[in-house]
Amino acid sequence: MSTVFPQWEVFVRARRGLDHQHAGSVHAPDGETALRAARDLFTRRQEGVSLWVVPSTEIVASDPADVDALFGPAADKAYRFPTNYDLPPDVDHM
Amino acid sequence: MSQEHFDALIEADERIEPDDWMPDDYRNTLVRQIAQHAHSEIIGMQPEGEWITRAPSLRRKAILTAKVQDEAGHGLYLYGAAESLGTPRAELLDRLHAKTQKYSSIFNYPTPEWADVGAIGWLVDGAAIMNQVPLCRCSYGPYGRAMVRICKEESFHQRQGYQIMLSLSQGTPEQHAMAQRALDRWWWPSIMMFGPPDADSPNTGRSMAWGIKRFTNDELRQNFVDATVPQAELLGLTPPDDALVWNAERGHYDFGEPDWDEFARMVRGEGEIPDLRIGVRRAAHDDGDWVRAAAAAYADKQAARSAA
Ligand SMILES: [Fe+2]
Ligand SMILES: [Fe+2]
Repeated sequence: MSTVFPQWEVFVRARRGLDHQHAGSVHAPDGETALRAARDLFTRRQEGVSLWVVPSTEIVASDPADVDALFGPAADKAYRFPTNYDLPPDVDHM
Repeated sequence: MSQEHFDALIEADERIEPDDWMPDDYRNTLVRQIAQHAHSEIIGMQPEGEWITRAPSLRRKAILTAKVQDEAGHGLYLYGAAESLGTPRAELLDRLHAKTQKYSSIFNYPTPEWADVGAIGWLVDGAAIMNQVPLCRCSYGPYGRAMVRICKEESFHQRQGYQIMLSLSQGTPEQHAMAQRALDRWWWPSIMMFGPPDADSPNTGRSMAWGIKRFTNDELRQNFVDATVPQAELLGLTPPDDALVWNAERGHYDFGEPDWDEFARMVRGEGEIPDLRIGVRRAAHDDGDWVRAAAAAYADKQAARSAA
């Protein structure tokens, strides 16, 4: 019968100096095999210099229902942005 | 999350992500469409894959192998997008093998000559690109992102196919004639890849309202004809359509009516090729079963050892 492998999320670092970015997912029996699958699937054209694979079930995500509670309070705090401060033209490059 | 929130996101042309609430119809439509798309990518490996061992040079063999491998990857990107909607990949493959989900009927045409590989790259991948570029802006985030990756890879597919056609059309009279035969075979099937005329495509309106589809079948078909006719002229080849003529008033080519009865027969899966394609696919799956079982057993053993 069919064997079903767990799912892994794949993160690719495109170049040195950049963060790893989520690219997609693969199915594999273990991390090492997931890395090989990710290499074949996501980096056939020099898209990356480093890979991470993480079991999809290990990702803890925020709940879309909490969007307002989590991120809403940042909306009315313009004073956290540099553009909130009008300065004389002579020093405005600050 | 609610219908109102979903509607507001669609209205604002924002993306829907896997954890968001979405109407059942939206989810089911996407699972069906993305699965059919994924199935098409992996079944599409077969008509061209048949030519890998018979490619006319080592260079063409390397190119064709890379292209067919890309199509496998496209299938995997898309299965990943489909299962983000809650349907496991294994279940989608089961449905393909049981023929309860379809793949594009373009892959049920035969490839009797080498020039067919050129015509497929040029026309079939060309039509696929025309379909897929707007899908990069699909309202469902994972589908759009998969399409961005796919579209980056597709351009090579079309260019290598056109280059095969160019070499053949500029070659010996026999080679030129073979290129023309391939165009004769693939022209109408490619035109029909965009699906039935808008008047007979009842779901188009809903898919457009949901931001899944961005252009109608007939709009995409016209774009394809307009882009492809000059390419055929450059090859010195003639599309098999007597009604094909530039309409200066419309700024588009006029063209004849495809054989929609043939299209319907192909969609119903008539002929011997559908059984062949599914047979090859099932055999590949079944023959690989012991490998998957062994890999799973090895992984279990390693995990048990490191836990001990
Ligand atoms: Fe593809
Ligand atoms: Fe392709």
